[in-house]
Amino acid sequence: MNNNVVIGLEIHAQLKTNTKMFCGCRTSFGDKPNSNVCPVCMALPGSLPVSNKKAVTYTVMSGLALNCTISRYSKFDRKQYFYPDMPKNYQISQYDLPFCRNGYLEFFCDDELRKVRIHRIHLEEDTGKLIHTGDIMESEQSMVDYNRAGTPLMEIVTEPDISSPKEARLFMFELRNLLRYLDVSDGNMEEGSMRCDANISLKNPDGTLGTKVEIKNMNSLKSLEKALEFEINRQSHVISSGGIIIQETRHFDERDSTTHSLRTKEEAHDYRYFPEPDLLPVVITDEEVMSISCNLPELPLKKYFRFIEELGIGKNDASTLIFDLKLANFFDECVKCKCSPKEAVKWILGDLTYFWNEKKIEPDSNVFTPLYLKEILDLIDEKIISIRQAKEVVEKVFEMIESPRNIIEKLGIKQISDEGFLIDTAKRIVEENPKAVQDFLKGKKNAVGFLVGQLMRETKGKASPEMSNKIINEILNELSPKE
Amino acid sequence: METKKFTIGQLIKGYKNKSVSPREVLDYVFSNIKLYEPKINSFVTLMEEYAYKSVESLSFDEIDSKPLWGVPVAIKDNMCVNGFKTTCSSKILEPFTPIYTATAVQRLIDAGAIVVGKTNLDEFAMGSSTENSAFFTTSNPWDIDRVPGGSSGGSASAVAARFVPLATGSDTGGSIRQPASFCGVVGFKPTYGTVSRYGLVAFASSLDQIGPFATKVKDVEAAFSVISGKDEMDSTSHPYVFSPVDKNIKEYKIGIVKELYETEGFDSEVLDSLNNVIRLLKSEGCKVDFCSLPHLQYSLPVYYLVATSEASSNLARFDGVRYGLRVEGKDIIETFLQTRGRGFGSEVKRRIMLGTYALSSGYYDAYYLKASKVRTLIVNDFEKAFGEYDCLICPTSPTTAFKKGDKTNDPLSMYLSDIATIPVNLAGLPGISIPVGLDKKGLPIGLQIIGKPFNDNDVLNFASKIESIINFEAEPSLLGGR
Ligand SMILES: [Zn+2]
Repeated sequence: MNNNVVIGLEIHAQLKTNTKMFCGCRTSFGDKPNSNVCPVCMALPGSLPVSNKKAVTYTVMSGLALNCTISRYSKFDRKQYFYPDMPKNYQISQYDLPFCRNGYLEFFCDDELRKVRIHRIHLEEDTGKLIHTGDIMESEQSMVDYNRAGTPLMEIVTEPDISSPKEARLFMFELRNLLRYLDVSDGNMEEGSMRCDANISLKNPDGTLGTKVEIKNMNSLKSLEKALEFEINRQSHVISSGGIIIQETRHFDERDSTTHSLRTKEEAHDYRYFPEPDLLPVVITDEEVMSISCNLPELPLKKYFRFIEELGIGKNDASTLIFDLKLANFFDECVKCKCSPKEAVKWILGDLTYFWNEKKIEPDSNVFTPLYLKEILDLIDEKIISIRQAKEVVEKVFEMIESPRNIIEKLGIKQISDEGFLIDTAKRIVEENPKAVQDFLKGKKNAVGFLVGQLMRETKGKASPEMSNKIINEILNELSPKE
Repeated sequence: METKKFTIGQLIKGYKNKSVSPREVLDYVFSNIKLYEPKINSFVTLMEEYAYKSVESLSFDEIDSKPLWGVPVAIKDNMCVNGFKTTCSSKILEPFTPIYTATAVQRLIDAGAIVVGKTNLDEFAMGSSTENSAFFTTSNPWDIDRVPGGSSGGSASAVAARFVPLATGSDTGGSIRQPASFCGVVGFKPTYGTVSRYGLVAFASSLDQIGPFATKVKDVEAAFSVISGKDEMDSTSHPYVFSPVDKNIKEYKIGIVKELYETEGFDSEVLDSLNNVIRLLKSEGCKVDFCSLPHLQYSLPVYYLVATSEASSNLARFDGVRYGLRVEGKDIIETFLQTRGRGFGSEVKRRIMLGTYALSSGYYDAYYLKASKVRTLIVNDFEKAFGEYDCLICPTSPTTAFKKGDKTNDPLSMYLSDIATIPVNLAGLPGISIPVGLDKKGLPIGLQIIGKPFNDNDVLNFASKIESIINFEAEPSLLGGR
C-alpha cells in the first residue's frame, strides 16, 4: 500500500431491466441498429419520459447493499450538453438529490478487510452510440445507433479512499460481484455494461493533496490496475523531475498500457442542471425501503464468513466459492441436501468445476445437480464405489445426463468387497509374484503398493482399494518371520 | 346554417333529429373556410380528405356514447396528429410529420370529433399576437388589421370566424385566454396536469397546458370532460375526473384581483366592462370583494425566467440530427449551429438565449432558483386568497386586440399583454376567458375567472352563469356578409 496515492472511482453500471429508463423499449444488446427505439427515446417532439420503477428499485437495492442512506425524497434533473448521440441534448440524471448517499463497501486486500466509502449513487439514462466510418478523426460520416439511448445507468461515486491500483482492482471486483449477487447488473466491463473512471492524485510532501487527474476508458479490471500503475509512475516522474501535474482527463490505451491526455479541465462543461419538469419528484416510503431491504439476498462477504464459521470451509475455498454466485449457490444446495460441506467443496472446486468448464455449462444448468453429488457421496460411504470409480461416475453423469445410481447400474460400476473372493485372488497374486514378496521381506514397503495394483488390475479396478490394501498387508505380514 | 347555432349542443341536436348530417356540416365548414380563410389565415394545414374519411367511419349508433360525435375541431399546430405535419409554425419543424397522435387529440377523435385542420401559432407558442409564426400572420376576424392574440391565434380566430365550433390551444402564459379575449370567444386553461401533454411539442413543461376554445362555456366543458384525466404517457398528468356542478351564483364569493384593477396599463374601457360585470354579479346576490395578491407584481420576471429556462432546454433537441430541418455544416458542431441559426425565428432565439443565460453556472442561484422561490410566494398568495374566495376575477388582457406590427419591435410591451394570465400558469390554476362586451371600436373584451386547483368544474359553472347573465351575442362583422 502506498500512503501517498489517493484514488476515487466513478462507476457506471447498466441496470438489468427489460425496458429502458423512460420508455417501454427493450434494452437488449447486439440488435439491429435503431431497432429498439420509440418516439420517447428518440426525443421526437411532444414525447415525454415516464420513469422505470424497477430501475429505481434496483438503485435502492444497490444502495442498501452498499450500506447507504436512502433518500426519502429524490428528483431527476436535466444535465444539458449538445452531443449527436444524445437525442434530447440533455441527459436526465440526478444532481443534488440522488437516491443513495454515504455508504461503504468492505472487501479483502492482502488478507486485510478494507473499507471504501461510497459518496453517492444516482440513476440516469445512457446515450446512444456513434459509429464512425473509418478513422475517428478522418471519417467522412458518423452513424448513430440509438438502441442504447435511454438504458438505465446507475452511477456509483466513491470517496477518495483507495490507496493503490491493486486495491482499486479488488474494490471493483467486489463491487461487480455484489451487483451480480443483487442481479441488478451483469457488470460486464468488456461489453461496456460496467464502466469505470478513476480520479487519481499524489500527496504533496506536506501532506496536502496534489492535482487530480481523471482516467477514462478502462475496459477490464486488469486495465484499471495497469492504468493506475502507469499514472502513478507518470505523476511521480513528473514531480521528481520538477514538473507540475495539470488537471486533465486522460485516456487509457490498452495496446501499450499508457495514458494519454484527452482534454484539459479548462474546457469544462457548463451543464446547466435544473429539475426535470416532465417527471414528478420520487418519494420513497419507509415501508418500501423496509420491504426492499428484507428481500435483499445474502451478500458475498456475509456468505464468506458463514461458509468459514458455520460450515467449516477453508478461507481460500470460501473465497473461490463466493466469487461465483452460481458456484456458491450450488454449494449451499449441496449442504441443504445433507452433503458434508468439506466433501462437497472438494468435489465442487475439483472435478465438477473441471467438467463445467470443459462442457462450457453453468453450475445451475441441471446437468449435474446437488442431489447427484449427495448420491455419489453416499455411494462412497456405503462402499459401493471407490473414490476412483466416483470420479468415473461424475464424468459419465456429464456425458449421459443421468443420475449416478442409474449410471452404476447401467455400466456395472461397483466395487468388489466380497472378502473371500478378494482373499483368494490376493493369495494367488502373492504366489505369482515372489520377487515382490522378497522385496517386502527386505523391507521395501512399496512392494505392497505394487501387489495392491496387481490385485486392482486383476479385478479391472473394481476391488475395494481399502479392503485390497488391508488383505495384501495381512497376507504379507503372515509371511514375515515371527520373532 | 345559422352561425349562432354552430355550437356543439346545436350540432348534436341537429344530428339526432336528422335535420343535418356530419357530412353536410363538413361541406359547410370547408366552404366557409374557402370563402374567408384568405382573409383570416387561421390554418397552417387543412385536412379535408382526412375529415371526410373520418366522417364516413362514424356510426350513428355511437351518437350517445361519443359526446363529440361529428363535431368538427381544429388543432393547434403544436399538437401531433399521426401522419400530418406538425410545424409549430417554425422553419425548423416545417418538414416534420409525427407517427403518433397527442393524447388530448386522440381523446377528441375517440369521442367522435372530426379533425379538420392544424392552426397557426406564434413559433413554438412563443408570443402573444401570432405575428411570430414563421409562415404568415393570422388576422382577427373582428378587424383583419388587428392581431388575433397569441400564441393560439389560429385556433381562436378559427372559432371566432365560425370555421369550427371547437378548437384546441395550448396555454403556457395565457396563450389560450388572451387570444380568446381578443377574438371574443371562450378559452379555457384547465388546472395544470388535468390534460396530458403527451404529443404537445413542449415550450415550458411546468407551465404548458392544453385547453379548448369554443363559443360557449358548455362547449369547452364538453371538450374538457373528454380530454382530461390520467395518461400513462405523461407522468405529470393527474387522474382528475371531471364532474359538472350546478351551483347558484349566490353561492359564490368572488374576489376582484386588486393588482389587476388599480394598475396602470389597463384600458379604461376594459375596466368599465369589468365594473359592469361586478355590478351585475352584485345585483344577482353574489358576494364580490377586492382581494390582494401582493407578489403578483413579480409574475412577469418570474415567468420569463422559468419559461425561457425550460424552453432553452426543451428546444435543444432540434439540432438537425434526427428530424426536421437540417442545414449541413463542415462538421457536426457547425451543422448544429447552422440548423438552429436558420431554423429558429428571432423571438425563439431571444428566449433560448435568455433561458441559457439564466441556467448557466454562476447565474442559476440569482435567476432560476430565485424565480422558483418567488413562484412559490405567488402560489401562496393564491392559496391565501382561495381561503376566502371561491373564484377570482380580472380582465383577461389589459387591452383589446392591437394592430398588427404595433408591438413587434417592443418585446416588453408585448409581454405585458399577458400580465393577467401569467400568474395563473405559475400557480397551475384553472382559468377561463369569456367575452363580456365590446369596446368603442367594436372589439371584444374578455373577463378572466380563476379558480382553485382541481376545481375546474366550479370555474366552468361560474363562467357559464356569468355568460347567461351577460348574454354576449355579438359576432365579427365579417360574418354579416354571409
Ligand atoms: Zn423508447
